Amino acid sequence: MTESGLNVRLKQAAPIPLDVDLTCAPGEMLVLVGPSGSGKSSILRAIAGLLRAKNGCIACNGAVWFDAAKGIGVSPQRRRVGFVFQHYVLFPHLTALGNVIEALIDLPRAQREHRARDLLARVHLDGLELRRPMELSGGQQQRVAVARALAREPNVLLLDEPFSAVDRLTRERLYRELAELRRELAMPVVLVTHDLDEAQMLADRMSVLYQGRTLQTGAPLEVMTRPRTAQVAQLVGMKNVFRARVISHDNERAITIIEWRGRRLEVRLQAAFAPGSQVTWAIPRGQLILHRRDRPSRGESENPVAGVVAEFVRLGENAAVAIHVGGTDKPPLFMLIPLHVAQRNNVRPGADVVVSLLGHGIHLMPPDEARGSPQRKRRRTQPAANTVT
Amino acid sequence: MDWSALALSLKLAAWTMIILLPLGIWLGRVLAWRRFRRKPLIEAMLALPLVLPPTVLGYYLLVAFGGASPLGQLYQELSGQQLVFSFAGLLFASVLFNLPFAIQPMQRAFEAIPQEVRDAAACCGLSHWRTLWRIEIPLAWPGILSALVLTFAHTLGEFGVVLMVGGNIPGETQTIAIAIYDRVQSFDTAGAGIMSAALLLISLLAIGCTYLTTSRRRPRDHD
Repeated sequence: MTESGLNVRLKQAAPIPLDVDLTCAPGEMLVLVGPSGSGKSSILRAIAGLLRAKNGCIACNGAVWFDAAKGIGVSPQRRRVGFVFQHYVLFPHLTALGNVIEALIDLPRAQREHRARDLLARVHLDGLELRRPMELSGGQQQRVAVARALAREPNVLLLDEPFSAVDRLTRERLYRELAELRRELAMPVVLVTHDLDEAQMLADRMSVLYQGRTLQTGAPLEVMTRPRTAQVAQLVGMKNVFRARVISHDNERAITIIEWRGRRLEVRLQAAFAPGSQVTWAIPRGQLILHRRDRPSRGESENPVAGVVAEFVRLGENAAVAIHVGGTDKPPLFMLIPLHVAQRNNVRPGADVVVSLLGHGIHLMPPDEARGSPQRKRRRTQPAANTVT
Repeated sequence: MDWSALALSLKLAAWTMIILLPLGIWLGRVLAWRRFRRKPLIEAMLALPLVLPPTVLGYYLLVAFGGASPLGQLYQELSGQQLVFSFAGLLFASVLFNLPFAIQPMQRAFEAIPQEVRDAAACCGLSHWRTLWRIEIPLAWPGILSALVLTFAHTLGEFGVVLMVGGNIPGETQTIAIAIYDRVQSFDTAGAGIMSAALLLISLLAIGCTYLTTSRRRPRDHD
């Protein structure tokens, strides 16, 4: 364990299964993502001291907050964490100012109000100090909650889905404000969300959780484009996940050759997978290029694959396209293209198209063993996330 | 008008309230938030005075407080007085038969405070006592207030238990409800009428105050 920042190790089988290993450096924002019921909130509660795991330890800046083996469990009051709850949980009978003052209990009484006003001004709430929570909008309540959480100059700031209860416009403004605020904060920040876009936008590092287990932790781009397993790939929303066989490695050209549905694909060199072995491969939607009908474009020489458009769905200015490759009985490839590109190239159900799979975007993973995993349920409604060849 | 009976009733009601306020807050919180195996049993025991005929409760208390019982003997040793037919015995009985009237509204009020509010208080650094004082009691206040008023009004009007445990000693155990009965028995309907009217007025005032206070709180909470 490192001395500075937050170190969390938790393990228990019941009542909520947890198998967690996380670190968060001072000033870093660690985002925990995962579907509901993946134990994200429980982890925050354990860090705050509101939940006691059966096994594990939690330390912050060298101070041990929790150690099951040694019977250490520091109270939430003494851990000094700032906690922004999902529904903010402001004290309903107190004003915005009163809510912040309540958290300034360590300060001499005479300084509390002045400091609370400063904090509210910092989250752009000057003028609304004397309103009660009921008289504030969702976004304003969230800001009071942030001001209250920061009031104690916390060792760690914990944010539990802080944007889930506000409308989209407010959310985007709050994202900017949080990013701005973060530059001034020197403590570890742990944010929980089930929104992948939010995670990617805000995280310095993100950790993917499933059923209380940390499956992968890393930089958002790394996790989103190079998931460690097929399960992570599905959890981070990758739709193009398939099975293939490794043919060979070409160190000189820095490529690995795999065989998928009777074709050979040249992918980024990933020598850890032995020739002949089965692998799962995935490609982000952005790494698929539609060939233009009139003239060739960048990357067309790479892994060209012909197919038939199976589905075409307009999504605002873009279109989601499913393409059958090698037969309609197999899971299709998914890509997102601008609507005007789709129109110019006459992309419609039944049309023949050619796409390139950019080799450096193709990521290999161990074969998907988790056949009986709960993902199966998800697959039924989302046939895209299938890993059959 | 029997002023000493009225004063005694008010004194009994006030003391019952004073004793049941901390007891009710403590028991109300425990029953609202803790889960334990015997909880239904304890809740049933506490609610028993609601359904038990007052004379039955009074009979058992009379037996339990009597000079032959360990409780009665202990009290006699400590204070030199007997527990039955005394104000102390009356107060003890009054606290017992008012338990459900005090605890149930408080329990409901504490149950309405979400666990997360207390979690937020802990994360803000508030100690248990400060959370109780600054967060829980203000939030549960309408329930606590109605519990106190119910207790007060119920004590003023209680007849059966008082008669069984306290008897009818003027100045010591003769409450206004007993005095009214006494007057009717001696055909003094005018006296009984005045005292009944006084009791009605006090009860009405008490109940009216609670409704006024809670209805004044409500619009402020919702605008």
